[in-house]
Amino acid sequence: MHDKIIAKKDLDSFVRSLAQSRDVFAPVRDKASMGWAQIDSADNLEFDFLNTDFSPKAFFFPQNERLMHFTNSSRDEDGMIMEEEPPRDREQVLLNIRPCDAKAFCVLDLVFCQDENAPDVYWKDKRDKTVLIGLACKAPCPTCFCTSVNCGPHHEEGLDMLLVDLGEDLLARPLTDKGQELAADLQDAPQEAVDQAAGQKKASEEAITSTVDMSKINERPVLEEYEHPYFDRVFEACINCGTCTFYCPTCHCFDIQDETQDEFGHRVRNWDTCMSWLFTHHTSGHNPRGTKKDRVRQRFMHKFKYMPIKLGGAIGCVGCGRCTRKCPVNIDVRTVVNSMNE
Amino acid sequence: MNNPYLPYPVRIQRVEIATEDKSLRTFDFEFIHPEHAEAFTYLPGQFAELSVPGYGEAPIGIASSPTEGSHLTFTVSKAGVVTSKLHSMEEGEIMGVRGPLGHPYPLGEMEGKNIVILAGGYAVTTLRSTMVWLLHPDNRDKYGEITFVYGARTPGMLLYKDLLEEWDARSDVNTYITIDNEVEGWDKYVGFVPQIADQVSPKPDNAVALVCGPPVMIKFTQPVLDKMGWTGDQIIMSLENRMKCGVGICGRCNVGPYYVCKDGPVFTKAQLDELPKEY
Amino acid sequence: MNEITRQLRERAKQLLQEGTVDCVIGYAQGSVPMQEQPFFAYTPEEADKLVWTGFCTNNLANFLIKRSGKNAVVAQGCVSRNIVGLIKENQVQRENVYILGVHSPGMIDAHKVQNHFPGKTIVQVEEDGKDIVVQGMDFEERLPRKKFKRDNCFTCTHRNAVLYDEFIGEEGPQTGGGKIDNVAAPWEKLDSDQRWEAFEQTFKDCIRCYACRNVCPLCYCDVCFVDENNPQWVGKSLHEPDVYTFHILRAFHCAGRCTDCGACESACPVGIKMRRLTSKIEKDIRQLYGYQPGLDLETPAPLSLYQPNDPDVAE
Repeated sequence: MHDKIIAKKDLDSFVRSLAQSRDVFAPVRDKASMGWAQIDSADNLEFDFLNTDFSPKAFFFPQNERLMHFTNSSRDEDGMIMEEEPPRDREQVLLNIRPCDAKAFCVLDLVFCQDENAPDVYWKDKRDKTVLIGLACKAPCPTCFCTSVNCGPHHEEGLDMLLVDLGEDLLARPLTDKGQELAADLQDAPQEAVDQAAGQKKASEEAITSTVDMSKINERPVLEEYEHPYFDRVFEACINCGTCTFYCPTCHCFDIQDETQDEFGHRVRNWDTCMSWLFTHHTSGHNPRGTKKDRVRQRFMHKFKYMPIKLGGAIGCVGCGRCTRKCPVNIDVRTVVNSMNE
Repeated sequence: MNNPYLPYPVRIQRVEIATEDKSLRTFDFEFIHPEHAEAFTYLPGQFAELSVPGYGEAPIGIASSPTEGSHLTFTVSKAGVVTSKLHSMEEGEIMGVRGPLGHPYPLGEMEGKNIVILAGGYAVTTLRSTMVWLLHPDNRDKYGEITFVYGARTPGMLLYKDLLEEWDARSDVNTYITIDNEVEGWDKYVGFVPQIADQVSPKPDNAVALVCGPPVMIKFTQPVLDKMGWTGDQIIMSLENRMKCGVGICGRCNVGPYYVCKDGPVFTKAQLDELPKEY
Repeated sequence: MNEITRQLRERAKQLLQEGTVDCVIGYAQGSVPMQEQPFFAYTPEEADKLVWTGFCTNNLANFLIKRSGKNAVVAQGCVSRNIVGLIKENQVQRENVYILGVHSPGMIDAHKVQNHFPGKTIVQVEEDGKDIVVQGMDFEERLPRKKFKRDNCFTCTHRNAVLYDEFIGEEGPQTGGGKIDNVAAPWEKLDSDQRWEAFEQTFKDCIRCYACRNVCPLCYCDVCFVDENNPQWVGKSLHEPDVYTFHILRAFHCAGRCTDCGACESACPVGIKMRRLTSKIEKDIRQLYGYQPGLDLETPAPLSLYQPNDPDVAE
């Protein structure tokens, strides 16, 4: 596949054509925050931003999602029988998604679609109907550490196309058939643009100075890491809110609840968080993760020890730094991982 | 593509108060659609989510054996929102069953071996399934000696009394039924499961033990088995943890890297010795 | 290092060395700008990590609840008032806490600073007298500290600890310069429809992470009403009724107890201004009952007892 080029001034027609048959979403500024919003032109597109405040995981895994519905009446012949919610009827495009967030979807695919014959149909339906057009990172932030967790500022995994901001132009690199199709009308990029993008990749990678080391975590048996003395201290400042888990692009834990109103009922899933004592509380009153220490440890063990074991080396972290930036008590994932690795 | 969250509709065929304190009820379910009965292929040790629309789901071990026909049996303790609602439901009502979930006991690997079952309280449910399966004419010959130790607080708290009588009468299974304290008219064993296990003293040679019961029973049974020379890989346990999805995604029932719902609920003691005690 | 930090470390070391306390709860320098970390020093060496700056935005009283041993805690006015409240509510025993009183410089509002630089990444923020110096990836700017103080610090009435075993540094001015009643006043001018609209606007971005609740020293219930699931009082979703029920009930549960410490607003990842709700409740309690929470160990909280002449309605 050839690298293509698109002038920023021509982006509007590109977006408009995308939006003809699809819902197009992109990071858009709302005062000081960057959020995902639906667009139908290139008017509000930005190329100088760190990342969106929230990860885009909600596109495939909404914070509240109806899974099934039922008629809430046992008198009704079809009552009390769960029916699936219908699938999406339109394709969607996530434009200017950061490579780390796209990588996170690949990690979550391993979780949601672990069983080929019975994948999480709600996740898969939306994933299958979405095109991801990434925007490479020009100016990583000091809390980014993607390069030490199998990712990077120009990482291509999970993307259908990667855009590299070259100033007046964007280099467009198709990465899948879907990407190829969308880039069909674009011109081939001149060699100097390709070189410029390569230079930018190197510079961005070098700009990431935060690192984490997982070598010892990987080597140690589960129980030895679990009993690491560092866990006796890290939880002290934690207030057990769900901020880190809600902002995290790879946190995927959920709760399932039934909601009924009169004759209608829904089975709904809501984001849940391992930080909550209720998360593991047995009806008997017993709680296998009854203390704050247990819960804080679970979050980091899950991402950096359990997931790699379970998912063939995939780490439950892409180094986006959101948890660190948002934590109300400054629990810094980099410090945690490096301390776990001591 | 199968939707792993979609329960099969079932009808409650039979409800029975199972214990004298009325805290447990046994339910038989029949599938509304025969193809669902066909699709629901299970083995002893597996569980299912009992799904009561409007209330939610509760993971419960399957007490019936596939050798008994296409209906499913569950014995449910009244504890939370879902099980309390379930206890108020009657024959003929419609609800859902989602499963089968988790791994069964390693029945294949157990072939040719002596089998010791140690059960306490209502954890006996999946072991009922196992016993019925093992004693079925198609299966009995594949296994050696079968020893079944089962204890409850009082005679009135014993589940499946008809079957217990039946097994007690059989010559190809050693049955030890016990209650905690002496009661007038009780002619079987008295004492806690670990004590009876100590008396029975099952030999570990070419044998597998299935141990299922409340934590305190497990705790005191362990040293008894250790003393007799049982090793961790011969002892098979079944865990419980709070669950939602039942298919290893929602993230709450893990013990170390393994999900009780998807990778369990059956684990060997040797496996558990290497994992955090988060259960 | 500022003078208070120096003195604090010195006293913390002594207290730990003599065995007066098992732990000193304070702050350590954070790893990201404008965010110090609650820190637990158990040894004299660890005491060297303690800091006291304008970025200490948590409420350390929160960490005293259900804590064993004898702990020293750094407390400015609001935090000391919360400790008083916790002692009155039997959550903390006076003899088990050693209060290192301090004067609050007025904490910096990280949301305000970030909003001043939309789209820019802030790398470092330092205090320099009456200014803060903000450094970004490609800029540096000096801003007047006063303008970027948290709202609650601006309207503060007790910047010095009200209860302490010793005071670190000098007592300073008590008030922050702003009028607390003006914070609540905007609500009072609105009719009920407008109030509801303003309320909805205020809370619409809530993601129910519960940072506000968990960071609050008043929220120590074993089971919060939003977590209770048998019966389940409140839905778990982001639907308005669920979100609003949480915030309204929580605010009312804190009535007559809230010291306006501002930890909830600082902790909120989406920048919700909870004080729009609590400040009005604070004002009502003050005006109807003549009561401000946590000023002494004796006066009972007005909503914890019934008196025949209790006022009914706000004027």
